Amino acid sequence: MDRTALRTVVLATLRTIAPEVEEGELRDDRPLREQIDLDSMDWLNFIIGLHESLQVDIPEADYRELISLNAVLDYLEARLSGAVSAQALSGGKP
Amino acid sequence: MIEFKLPSLGADMDEGKLLEWKIQPGATVKRGDIVAIVDTAKAAVDIESWVEGTVHQLLIEVGDKVPVGTPIALLLAPGETAESVAQPAAAVPRRRISPAARQRAAALGVDLASVTGTGPDGAVTLQDVETRAAQTTAPSVDRGAEMRRAIAAAMSRSKREIPHYYLSEAIPLRLALSWLERCNAELPVTERLLPAVLLLKAVAIATRRYPEMNGHWLDGAFRVAPAAHLGVAISLRQGGLIAPALHDVAAKPLDVLMHELADLVRRARAGSLRSSELADPTLTVTNLGEQGCESVFGVIYPPQVALVGFGRVMERPWLEQGKLVAMPSVIASLSGDHRASDGHRGALFLAEIRTLLQQPDTL
Repeated sequence: MDRTALRTVVLATLRTIAPEVEEGELRDDRPLREQIDLDSMDWLNFIIGLHESLQVDIPEADYRELISLNAVLDYLEARLSGAVSAQALSGGKP
Repeated sequence: MIEFKLPSLGADMDEGKLLEWKIQPGATVKRGDIVAIVDTAKAAVDIESWVEGTVHQLLIEVGDKVPVGTPIALLLAPGETAESVAQPAAAVPRRRISPAARQRAAALGVDLASVTGTGPDGAVTLQDVETRAAQTTAPSVDRGAEMRRAIAAAMSRSKREIPHYYLSEAIPLRLALSWLERCNAELPVTERLLPAVLLLKAVAIATRRYPEMNGHWLDGAFRVAPAAHLGVAISLRQGGLIAPALHDVAAKPLDVLMHELADLVRRARAGSLRSSELADPTLTVTNLGEQGCESVFGVIYPPQVALVGFGRVMERPWLEQGKLVAMPSVIASLSGDHRASDGHRGALFLAEIRTLLQQPDTL
């Protein structure tokens, strides 16, 4: 999956949680949660949504990397191409 | 014969509009079955039955708007038959509305339920409809405006009637959060727990020792509730909020609570709740979560007698055994009804919540 297709999947997942998100309004380099009102339940649902559409299980320890849309795409690209999660790197201990 | 009345839907919802019947005459109904779907200012509500019986007659039609407490159906109790009960129709007189009035109401968009009848036996006349139409400037069908009005009514009543007192306590969460982190690391993403469920469980368990925080002020006296049905304040994306009940929180394990909370938030935001969820809350918890501000002092939702608020979980400078450390912590607050409890007991209640959160594995 190339980055454009991945971006489409991520935005579609976001929109199931925050239907008011307009693609043109979102800046890829700005913190996501400054631009969209996502509470912790919304965020968990976003992570679950990504898991369902991409089969990537994102451990809690990696949440802190997922600041902007660009950062989410970087992270997912790395994981989809076989990189291990921070949790796995630290031997399962977050 | 059982008169099935439109049940209470919480202090800020006094009427409902029938969207759909889920029962038909002849059907048997058990406790908890969905009888009808009713639209309110805040959500479409599945009306649950609190009785068992056989549906005899439906008394209102789809599109009718009726106040809470209005009989909407007649049910035969188990063992009763239609023949064994007296003429039921006489028990519930239908409003008399002249055909001309009905036509005019439809033309003017006047809701007949809102018209006061001045004719014989309270019959609604053409003149009544026109008087009502003249009173109504632009009839509001805007859900957002109706929700504001409902919140305004309940919160004004609260501040008018309830003598609030306020307390707050900073609660260290290092133990609770690291316990949660360890749990979640073992769990698939769909089973992960949010800190909110720990907070809710701690509040519910604390009411066992401080029952005066959990219940309702009715007819000049406090009535303690037998279980902690926590009203969870949920903000809606289009604005406004709703605080439906998470039932019997103290008795449920955390994973069950997490699933129920996720489901409740999802349905509240989709605008679909159950009548028991609106009627049952015994104590409301508002949790500002990660994005909120430091602390919150809420307005009690009548007829409840307390509200617990949690601000943002964040690291704060903390003295621990004489050393300054960065401590993940939350400011818990209590808004209490001074008619039902005093600040001293309120303070002990908050301290109990703090103590419980230091033993996360027992929650």
